[in-house]
Amino acid sequence: MNSKSNQAEPGDGAQPTDNGMTHVARFDVFCRQYIAPEGDVVADLPKVANDTELLTTLYRQMVLTRTFDQKAIALQRTGRLGTYASVLGQEAIGTGVASAMRDDDILLPSFREHGAQLQRGVTIRELLLYWGGDERGSDFSGPRHDFPVCIPVGSHFPHAAGAALAMKLRGSNNVAVVIAGDGATSKGEFYEALNIAGVWQLPLLVVIANNQWAISVSRKQQTRARTLAQKAIAAGIPGEQVDGNDAVAVYTATLEALEAIRAGQGPRLIEAMTYRLGDHTTADNASRYRDDEEVSHHWHEDPISRLRDYLTAQSCWTKEDEQSLLEECRGLVEAEADAYLATPAQAVSTMFDDLFEVLPDALKLQREQAIEAVQGDQNG
Amino acid sequence: MADIDLLGAVNLALARAMQDDETIIVLGEDVGANGGVFRATDGLQEKFGATRVLDTPLAECAIAGIAVGVATQGFRPIAEIQFAGFIYPVIDQMLNHASRLRNRTRGRLSCPMVLRAPYGGGVHAPEHHSESPEALFAHIPGLRVVIPSSPQRAYGLLLAAIRNPDPVVFLEPKRLYHAFKEAVSDDGKELALDQPVCLRQGRDITLVTWGASTTEVLSAADQLETEGISVEVIDIATLSPLNDDPICASVEKTGRCVVVHEAVRTGGFGAEIVARIADRSLNSLLAPVRRVTGYDTVIPLPRLEAHYMPGQKQVVKAVREVMELS
Repeated sequence: MNSKSNQAEPGDGAQPTDNGMTHVARFDVFCRQYIAPEGDVVADLPKVANDTELLTTLYRQMVLTRTFDQKAIALQRTGRLGTYASVLGQEAIGTGVASAMRDDDILLPSFREHGAQLQRGVTIRELLLYWGGDERGSDFSGPRHDFPVCIPVGSHFPHAAGAALAMKLRGSNNVAVVIAGDGATSKGEFYEALNIAGVWQLPLLVVIANNQWAISVSRKQQTRARTLAQKAIAAGIPGEQVDGNDAVAVYTATLEALEAIRAGQGPRLIEAMTYRLGDHTTADNASRYRDDEEVSHHWHEDPISRLRDYLTAQSCWTKEDEQSLLEECRGLVEAEADAYLATPAQAVSTMFDDLFEVLPDALKLQREQAIEAVQGDQNG
Repeated sequence: MADIDLLGAVNLALARAMQDDETIIVLGEDVGANGGVFRATDGLQEKFGATRVLDTPLAECAIAGIAVGVATQGFRPIAEIQFAGFIYPVIDQMLNHASRLRNRTRGRLSCPMVLRAPYGGGVHAPEHHSESPEALFAHIPGLRVVIPSSPQRAYGLLLAAIRNPDPVVFLEPKRLYHAFKEAVSDDGKELALDQPVCLRQGRDITLVTWGASTTEVLSAADQLETEGISVEVIDIATLSPLNDDPICASVEKTGRCVVVHEAVRTGGFGAEIVARIADRSLNSLLAPVRRVTGYDTVIPLPRLEAHYMPGQKQVVKAVREVMELS
C-alpha cells in the first residue's frame, strides 16, 4: 500500500452548491501497513524490504530493546531501579524511527523511547543510570546533541521546533525528530509547535506513538478526532498513520518523511498505531482500568513476533539464529546492568555543579553546607 | 554619547549584541516589522534580517520552548513576551526545561537564552498588563532574574544577560521605559550580574528595592534627607541568585531597613530579603524591618491603580515609623 496524506489546497475541488456553500478544502488520512500479524504480507513491499540485512538488524534491535525492558522491570521489582516506563509492544517505533535517522539529526524522545535511544547509541548502562535516579544517565554517549527524555508530557514539542529552527538557520539538511505519545496530542504545546513548524517550514518530524492509553485514559477519551494524524493537517502539515507494529512500515514511513523534509518540503507527522502491552509505569496497575482480554488481543499484533514470522518465512531467520540472538542480548544486558549497579554514586556537590556554568557566589555556602551535612552523616 | 530612555537602552543593547554575535536571534510576537508593541526591537529586523528577528505566531509557550530548543544547538535566542501578564504559560518551559537542562544533562546541553518582558503597573494599561511576577521566577533554581532600573543599567545588564551562558529572565519596568533619559555609551560594555548596586549612600536606614520602585525610593530619600534622615538605597538588580552581602553589610551599618516592591506582599521577593537580614544581621538591627509593597490583591484596573502602587508617601511614612521604633 503506497500511501500518503493528501492536503488539498483551499479551493481545490471546489463544488458550488445551491445553498450558498462552497466546498473549500478536503483532506484525507491514509494508514500504511506492509506486514500484518503472523508475517502476512498485505501490500507490495517497499524496496528496503529486499535488504534482509537491514530487516534482521531491525529485528535484532527490537529484541535487544525488549530484553532491556524486561531487565529494567526486574531491577525495579527488586529495588534496584526507580519507577520505570515499559516500552513493551512498542519496540518497532523506536527502532524503526531511529534506524532511519542520521547521527547528525536530533532526537527528542519522550520517556518511553528507550528503543530509539538505544538505536541512537545511548548505552543500556546509561539508560539504567537515568531510570535508577542518576543524572549522568542523561549525559549519554549517544549523539551529544540529542535531548534527554522529556517527562512533562508534550512539553518537548517546542524544543524540537527550536532545534529544527537552528538547522534551518544554519542551512543544514538535518531533521529534528520528536517522539511523544497519544496523550501528548491533547496538549497546547503540541498545537503551538506544529503550527509554528508549519508557518516556518521547519525540518521537523513529529512521531506520535499512539499506544491507545495515556495512563488510564483511553484514546477515545483523549479526543473526538478520528485520527491524531489529522491534527497535523490542521497546521498545514502532511500527517499519515502507519502500523506502528510493522517495523518495515515504520522504517519506510520515517525514511520517506525524512527525505521529504531534507528536500525542503517542510515538516511531517507520523501517527504510529501501536498498543501499550504493559502498565504505564512500574507504579501503575493497568488492570484497574482495562480488560485483560483487550491486552491479550493486542499481543496478537506484537511487532517482534510479526517480523520474526516474516523473516522465518523468507528463510532469513532460524531457530538457531533466535537462540543465539537471545543469548547475545541477555549477555549484553546483564553486563551493562552489572556496570550500572557498580557505578559509584555522584558526590553530593554535583547537585550544584551544573546548575550554572559557573556557580554563583550566592550558592557557594549552600554547596559547602551540603558537603558538610554528608561528612557529618559519615562521621556519625 | 546620546541621552536615551530605558526603552532606547534596551534597543541599543539588543542591536549591539546582535552586531557582535551572529548566533543571537530575537523572536516574539510583533518584534519584526512592527518593532515590538513598545518598539524595543525597533529597526532590528531591518538591520539584521527576518532570519534573525523572527515574528512568531501568537503562542507564548512555544516562543519560550523554541528558544530552549534553538539555544541547545549553538544559538543565543532572545525571546520577548509582550507583557508579563502573558508570561504564565512560559513558566513551565522556564521551570521544567530552560533552568534544568544543564543540570539534568550534567553540562552536556545548556540553555543560553534571555526571556525579556515588560512588567509592572503604573502606565494605565488594560487588565492583565500590569503584573509584577518576578518572585515566581526567582523561586526557580538555575535561572537568573535580572531587573534594570535606569537606561545605563538596562544597557549593561541586558548585554550581560545575553552573553551569559545560562538562562536569564530579564524583566523591564515599563513604567520607566520613557520616565527619564540619561547618557548611555554604546561601548558594548556589560555590567556585572549578581551584583546589587548602591544608588545612594546614607547612615540611618537602608532601603532595598529594584525596578521601577527605585524612582519612588530615591525621591523618598530626598524628602527624608530634608528631615535629617540619611538614607542608603540599594537596587538589587539581580534578584536570583541573590547576592545578599551588600544588603547585609549596609544594614549592619545603618541598623534599619525597609524593603520596597510593587509586587504583592505575601511571598513577594521582599520576604526573602527580610529573611536574609534576619539570618545574617539580626543583632545589628535597631528596629523591625518593614516592607512597603503592593497589597495582597489583584492589581486594580487603571482607575484604582494609583492606590495600589507603593509610592513615595508610603516609603517616607514607613521610614519615619522605623526611625521612631529605635
